[in-house]
Amino acid sequence: MSKVMVVTSGKGGVGKTTSTAALGAALAQAGQNVVLVDFDVGLRNLDLILGAERRVVFDLVNVVQGDAKLPQALIRDKRVESLYLLPASQTRDKDALTPEGVEGVIAELRERFDWIVCDSPAGIEKGATLAMRFADVAVVVANPEVSSVRDADRIIGMLDSKTLRAERGEPLEKHLLITRHDPARVARGEMMKVEDVLEILAIPLLGVVAESPDVLTASNLGCPVTLHNPASPAARAYLLAARKLLGEDAPVEQPVLKRGLMSRLFGRKAAA
Amino acid sequence: MNLLSLFTRNRTSAPVARERLQVLLAHERALDGRADLVAVLQQEILEVIARHMPVDRDKVLVKLERGDHVSTLAIDIEMPQAVLARG
Repeated sequence: MSKVMVVTSGKGGVGKTTSTAALGAALAQAGQNVVLVDFDVGLRNLDLILGAERRVVFDLVNVVQGDAKLPQALIRDKRVESLYLLPASQTRDKDALTPEGVEGVIAELRERFDWIVCDSPAGIEKGATLAMRFADVAVVVANPEVSSVRDADRIIGMLDSKTLRAERGEPLEKHLLITRHDPARVARGEMMKVEDVLEILAIPLLGVVAESPDVLTASNLGCPVTLHNPASPAARAYLLAARKLLGEDAPVEQPVLKRGLMSRLFGRKAAA
Repeated sequence: MNLLSLFTRNRTSAPVARERLQVLLAHERALDGRADLVAVLQQEILEVIARHMPVDRDKVLVKLERGDHVSTLAIDIEMPQAVLARG
C-alpha cells in the first residue's frame, strides 16, 4: 500500500524542503521506494537540497500537461537507489497545476512507489492546497516561534477541511515535526518548550530537530543530512521520525543542552 | 530599577509567546472559515443604521479587542446633528 505524505507548514523558511529531503532519504535508507515531489512551482529547491539540480530535464508541470512521460521526469538519487525526485518547474507559475492533473500523476506514482512525499510551497494558496489535496499522511513542520506556530495551526485546520480524505470523512494521519529548536534558548526561557508547542497544536509529535550546522552543511553539499552525517543529532531525529512513520514504536529524542566550557568551569546551572 | 522590575525581571519571553498564541488561536479556530466575520458584522450593522439615517463611511470607527474570555467589537458611528435634532 502506497502512502502519500505532504510536508507542509504555512510559513516559509521553517525547514520544509530540508525535512522533505531528510525524511524521504531516511525512508529510502529503510528500504522503502520513495519519490519526492516538489510542488513549489516557480521556486523549486528540492533538487538543490538533493544535489540533483544539474540533472533536471523535465518536471511535474511537463508531466501534468502531457509534455513528458513520468519515467522521463523522475530523477534517481545517486546514493540511495530507491530514492527518486520529481522536480518542480522553474519557469511556469502555479496555475500550470490542476487538481485533475495532479491526481493523475499521484495515481501513477502510487503504482511505482511506497511513499510519495510532497514538498509543499509556503502559503495557503493553490500550490499548498494541491500539495496536501491527496495526502494520507501530513507532516506539519513548525519552529518554536509564534508566527510559525500560528501558521501551523492554520494549516492543520486546512488539512482537516480541504483534503480529499477530510471531504470523504476518512482519517488523515497528522504529525508535528519541530525544527530549528535551540535547547540553550529554551533553557533560558527565550524559546517555547516542545511541550508548549505540542499543547497548542495538539497533534502527535514526530520529532524534534535542533538548529544545527550539520543541516546547513548537508544543504551546502546537496546531500540529505541522514545520508551525509547519519550520526549527527539532526540526522538521528529524522531517522527516528522515519521509523515512526513506518509504524515502529520509536522514541522521540529531544535535543539536549550541551554545557559549554565557561558554564562548566563556573558551575553555572541553566534555568529550568 | 523600580520595585516592579525586581519582580518582573525574571519573566522570560517564552511563556508570553505561549499565552499570546493560546488566546489568539482560540479565536482563530472559532472563526475558522469565517475570518471575515468582523467585516461582515460591520457591513450589516451599518446597513441597518443606514436605513434610519445617513452614515458617512469615513466617520465610522471599528475596534476589535480580543480578551481571554470576552471579546468586544466596538463600532463608533458619528451621528449627524440633524438626526439628533429631529429625535
